[in-house]
Amino acid sequence: MNVKGKAHIFGDNVDTDVIIPARYLNTSDEKELAAHCMEDADASFVKSVEKGDIIVAKDNFGCGSSREHAPIAIRACGVSLVIANTFARIFYRNAINIGLPILECPEAVAGIRAGDVVSCDLSEGTITNETTGKTYRAQPFPPFIQAIISAGGLMNSLKK
Amino acid sequence: MKPMTMTQKILAAHAGLPYVEAGQLIEAELDLALANDITAPVAIKELQKIDGRVKHKDKVALVMDHFTPNKDIKSACQVKCTREFARQEEIEHFFDVGNMGIEHALLPEQGLVGAGDCVIGADSHTCTYGALGAFSTGVGSTDLAAAMATGKAWFKVPAAIRFELNGALPHYVTGKDLILHIIGLIGVDGALYKSMEFTGDGVKSLSIDDRFTVCNMAIEAGAKNGIFPVDETALAYMKNRFHREIKIYEPDPDAEYERTVTIDLSKLKPTVAFPHLPENTRTEWEEIAIQQVVIGSCTNGRISDLRQAAEILKSKKVKDGVRCIVIPATQEVYLQALKEGLLEIFIRAGAIVSTPTCGPCLGGHMGILADGERCVSTTNRNFLGRMGHITSEIYLASPYTAAASAVTGKLTTAEVLQ
Ligand code: SF4
Repeated sequence: MNVKGKAHIFGDNVDTDVIIPARYLNTSDEKELAAHCMEDADASFVKSVEKGDIIVAKDNFGCGSSREHAPIAIRACGVSLVIANTFARIFYRNAINIGLPILECPEAVAGIRAGDVVSCDLSEGTITNETTGKTYRAQPFPPFIQAIISAGGLMNSLKK
Repeated sequence: MKPMTMTQKILAAHAGLPYVEAGQLIEAELDLALANDITAPVAIKELQKIDGRVKHKDKVALVMDHFTPNKDIKSACQVKCTREFARQEEIEHFFDVGNMGIEHALLPEQGLVGAGDCVIGADSHTCTYGALGAFSTGVGSTDLAAAMATGKAWFKVPAAIRFELNGALPHYVTGKDLILHIIGLIGVDGALYKSMEFTGDGVKSLSIDDRFTVCNMAIEAGAKNGIFPVDETALAYMKNRFHREIKIYEPDPDAEYERTVTIDLSKLKPTVAFPHLPENTRTEWEEIAIQQVVIGSCTNGRISDLRQAAEILKSKKVKDGVRCIVIPATQEVYLQALKEGLLEIFIRAGAIVSTPTCGPCLGGHMGILADGERCVSTTNRNFLGRMGHITSEIYLASPYTAAASAVTGKLTTAEVLQ
């Protein structure tokens, strides 16, 4: 699976409260959640994000609460991939379980600037910064996780 | 056989394996799966997508605590959906207004979790039950949906960090100060993906409520779980509450730990996490004027927390211009505080006492902050905008420090006040 889009840059410890503030958690409607994605970190994000875009962040992305609303909001606003140095563990599980692609790759994080066009071959784990021409390699998922993702998420993998 | 940590032993037992090692992917049988009024609706939707049913009706707990009593129409509809689901699926442990409390105070109190258990919850602070010697960890709603359908969950077996505790805490220094100290030391991702295993002769000096507070905030260091050995204090708490078999797991003497952090409890001071991360801990500060104090939550809404707050507020007044909000974590805590006269102390001091709810902890309701306001709170997260406006500030502290700050109107430790 390939994805491509422009990069939006965030820093360390982007927590689930800024990804989707609790004041909007009285719904689980994806469109409503998407409308407030990243609101407390960068209020202009939802206006500028386009389908296919990529979030690039530093350490411990998605720390804080277990709200699945966070990866859901990110996916629902069109983001095709999140690249970070590291992810908080519940966010990591949730993203896999709902089928939001995420990759840990500090080299790519260091080499991507805001607005760069980035493409990625998810099954290989190769990330290319089309703007600079540089390519990076992320650790692909273990087979167990790949099975969940290729089934289209955890619930679909149970169905079979 | 390779040596294992306490967490690894519990996971091996629940995966039906003789041993497991860090990094291994396993599927484990669960003793309990938890969701709340925010995460349950998403899990229910996921379950219904595959026409799934709840496999073990006695191993699911649904607790309506975040936006309850319902703060608006949307949250009322979320609880209604969960209530109907619980009825239809005949969920045994459904807690609604009248018997609900904040989930992580409620489940241990009701005896639904105990030593040796393997528990997941669609709430990040599910790690709290490690205080009783259980493996428990937070997951998302889809994990929870899968757990409801199958009674199982997948895990990557965590490596561990050992925290060797020595000595005893001084007066006015609590489990909250200990865990804030640790997070300040190792950082908000200092234990990422790992277990925090507490050990050492200092453990016996910690009350069970202190241990709940410590394990509650393991997630704030990024950990998968926090866990204490099962000793007399833990057994005494579980007696007459927990009716399943108590299973005590001890780490092998030569179990591998990524590192050991030694802490002399007697050297700790009242510790406060400054905005906007739990790792921004300090023991000294210049004058910081505050407008609100919150005493409650799954971190510090238990009876000993209220006793500590009352010890400070007795015959004192909340400073003019400060709103002090006390929230007993469960109905049982509420009733106990009533019997002990604590509620009267709070009300006479000019604080308010609310029914159990998460309320302001997550910026839900019952005390949202305006722009620029500062709050000293016994909760567990001080992220940007967590309790209201994004320019508001949260200072995480113990009940002693929170109560003392309510009296002076500025961030103050109990020692200074007395
Ligand atoms: S009290 Fe706060 S941290 Fe605890 S479960 Fe409720 S919202 Fe979460």
